[in-house]
Amino acid sequence: MITDVIDHLAGIAPGSSLDRLRDRRPDAREHAQRSYDVLFTPDDEGEVTLVERDAVAAFVTGLHQDLTVARFYADRLAELSPGLLKAVEYEVEAGRATGPYGVYAGVLAAESEEGPRYRASDPAALGVRLAAAFEHAHLLVFRPREAGRDALAALRRAGWSETGIVTLSQLVAFLSFQVRVITGLRLLNQEGVTA
Amino acid sequence: MTGFTTDRLGWRPWLAPLTEEELTDAHHEALVDRARATSPYFLLLARDPGILHARTKTDQDIFYNPDGGLPRAERELAATATSRHNGCVFCASVHARFAGHHSKRPGDVRRLLDEGVSARQDDRWRAVIDAAVALADTPSRLGPEHIAALRAAGLDDLAISDAVHAGAFFGWANRLMLSLGEPTLEDR
Repeated sequence: MITDVIDHLAGIAPGSSLDRLRDRRPDAREHAQRSYDVLFTPDDEGEVTLVERDAVAAFVTGLHQDLTVARFYADRLAELSPGLLKAVEYEVEAGRATGPYGVYAGVLAAESEEGPRYRASDPAALGVRLAAAFEHAHLLVFRPREAGRDALAALRRAGWSETGIVTLSQLVAFLSFQVRVITGLRLLNQEGVTA
Repeated sequence: MTGFTTDRLGWRPWLAPLTEEELTDAHHEALVDRARATSPYFLLLARDPGILHARTKTDQDIFYNPDGGLPRAERELAATATSRHNGCVFCASVHARFAGHHSKRPGDVRRLLDEGVSARQDDRWRAVIDAAVALADTPSRLGPEHIAALRAAGLDDLAISDAVHAGAFFGWANRLMLSLGEPTLEDR
């Protein structure tokens, strides 16, 4: 049973100096984990099914190309819906990019950076809701500055409620945080804490 | 759409926030800070109170915990650099004001907004900004060279961890702010 996903994926051992370092920010540590818990093992699925949560997570972490983190979420999805994992891995391959990029309007137009606009490669394998969720997740991961009302309208057309969109957005945004904390702490852990 | 600025901006949601009348005790608990109950951003996030609560507690410890580590000004600097790089005009405006205020170096912060993340800065701010920007990229480019530069600039492990958390947290915040609504010129 994993009690702290960040420790697990960053390779932080109980009692190690990095473990003690994390204890200096006890609320951040506890609530980074609670964020994971409420998103992935909620008391009530609400507007986003557990399969949808795990599928989006496997897609988002796959796009971040951290193999350890991506494997963790892929394994979660495989446990819940083995048939879906292959479709997700296919979409990760199709969605690979380097970000952030995106077009700015108005006075920032000179800073615009064009880049790919992902569309689900095999929407039939994902279903309407999940295909729309993946397209939105890709937007948030790589070109959040291009997000607009039309992106939310596309989710609504695919059957996402307002509350469901909030949960989906939190899920993608939280994973953006979690994978980066793991990256940073793993670097500190590998070189050995000195202070 | 405005450019990057330290002016006070408003923020208008594209989805309906909860109304103050709809808030239950669970929602108030999720908002943590009473003042947040008047913000359209937090009232929108209150649609999923469980994650809002955990997110808010994480946020507050990363930025406000005074027990050692990175000075508040530089946690805010990492937040500002991340927001500038991701393109979040609203988050950048708020955290640039905090960074300028706590560091008493509003001109240096202003240059970060006006000229971008590669604008001239002293060595210590250069190291914090470079690490935040590398971490904000997808896939992340943060590497041992960034950690070494932070160490050379005088940061200890806790301070480096704070810089990582502050930058990473804005990977979270920027994506919500950018995708659920837009900045407005008038302060709400």
